[in-house]
Amino acid sequence: MNATDTLVEVLRSEGLRVLATLARTIGDLAVAEDALSEATISALDTWSKTGIPDNPRAWLAVVARRKALDLLRRESARAAKETAAFRWGTGAAPDQIEEAIEAMEPETSLRDDMLRLIFTCCHPALGREAQVALSLRTLARLEVPAIARAFLVPEATMAKRLVRARSKIATARIPYAIPSDTELPGRLTSVLAVVYLVATEAHAPTGGDAVARVDLEAEAIRLARLLVGLMPDEPEALCLLALLLLTSARTSARTDADGNPVTLAGQDRTRWNRAAIAAGSAWLFEAVARSGGVAGPYQIQAHLAAAHSTAPSWQVTDWNRIVGLYDLLGSITANPVVALNRAVAVTERDGPEAGLAALTTIAGLEYSYLWHAALADNLRRLGRTSEAAGELHTAVTLAPSEAEQRLLQGRLRTVRSELG
Amino acid sequence: MTQYVALCYYERNQYWDSPSETDLSPEYTEFARRATEAGVMRGGEALHPVTMSTTITVSGGKGGEILLVDGPYAEAKEVLGGYFLLEAADLDQAIAWAAQNPAAWRGKIELRPIAPVHA
Repeated sequence: MNATDTLVEVLRSEGLRVLATLARTIGDLAVAEDALSEATISALDTWSKTGIPDNPRAWLAVVARRKALDLLRRESARAAKETAAFRWGTGAAPDQIEEAIEAMEPETSLRDDMLRLIFTCCHPALGREAQVALSLRTLARLEVPAIARAFLVPEATMAKRLVRARSKIATARIPYAIPSDTELPGRLTSVLAVVYLVATEAHAPTGGDAVARVDLEAEAIRLARLLVGLMPDEPEALCLLALLLLTSARTSARTDADGNPVTLAGQDRTRWNRAAIAAGSAWLFEAVARSGGVAGPYQIQAHLAAAHSTAPSWQVTDWNRIVGLYDLLGSITANPVVALNRAVAVTERDGPEAGLAALTTIAGLEYSYLWHAALADNLRRLGRTSEAAGELHTAVTLAPSEAEQRLLQGRLRTVRSELG
Repeated sequence: MTQYVALCYYERNQYWDSPSETDLSPEYTEFARRATEAGVMRGGEALHPVTMSTTITVSGGKGGEILLVDGPYAEAKEVLGGYFLLEAADLDQAIAWAAQNPAAWRGKIELRPIAPVHA
């Protein structure tokens, strides 16, 4: 890591901690964000000259508090009545806030503050898009242009989405609170879903080609680590981290030298990241020990990822175990994509006839290129080559990215050559 | 404390349309009693069916012609059937109360924070 990277990393991780506490003490996430942004700019400027201070968090906290007070004073001079009404807590006047901030012990309840921030960003009263945007901006501390680029939307759209989300938090009074024990399971599911969505977006960019994309996979792993650090006793959080690590181990093998996608079956397994597989497996082991025999959806998916990661080849894979895990997953989440993956495993375990039968019973994937591609694979293995070509043709037209289209067109050419 | 209006929407074909049905289900009365005792409910009413609505527009600005439409503003599958006012510490508390009102399972409840309007 060079000096700039270290600086950025410190600003991101310490910034999050400063923000979490600041948002509680001043009672307004939007103001806290703006104050931290200004403090970050000061820090970049000062630290690049003087070096990173011994206690960067304290430095940031002091400057951010000062900036927050300035912002609140300016705001209150402009619209005193409005700001008082739109504040968490009791709508304290700026001088009271100053007292509260002076009395603040930064370290006391940092963990609780971070949890408050996480559960606020992922509150179910916010739409999923807003939750994801807030999590990447507020928790992962990514800049707005980077998030916009990651989700292929104009910067102004992403900025507006964030403003709207923060404004709803303030206006509708989404509390800055850790959910009660009874609410926690449901609320945690929502937080994990946001992180999972960031990771899946990294694997399946919706539209366009993967040029200059933000490393969403790394961001998802970073967020999952944050959750595990704060909630080490939640097995599903551990399983999500395990799943993301195991999946990330295959990232470099997912594309060939020309940038074309390579499916799991064709991947060069020597290119898999063994360290990531080991780390993911260790987290999964830890999670199983804590889960009391109850496997949640992330645990099952992590087991699936581990089963693939530890198999010497596609052919020599424990397909029986994989079909069994998909059966289990399907029994807790009725999802056609799970059924599709199960059918692919059935083909490998029981042959193309059984695989085809499993595929044709799945409803709702008529517009999925993966479903048509899987149908084509089974048909080709059964010698029904012209039908296979038809399915591949449909798959090409439905493929979401140019890279996927190229992959499928390649297969289509092979099948057509078999037709003679 | 924040005030929220809870707008109760029902499937059009599930909402009463004859005056003989105006007897309130005891579940609503029970909710109103508990929420009022808790200091959370600050009023609310049921509405006559949308067939009784008149929609008004003053065309061309203030003082212009009054245009009337017999019926609701928007023809929709779901109709506004009533409302109540909640005063709560935050959205979570308001949600917890609204979820106990029968409209939440007989239809849907939209919670909207009330904007303080200054004279």
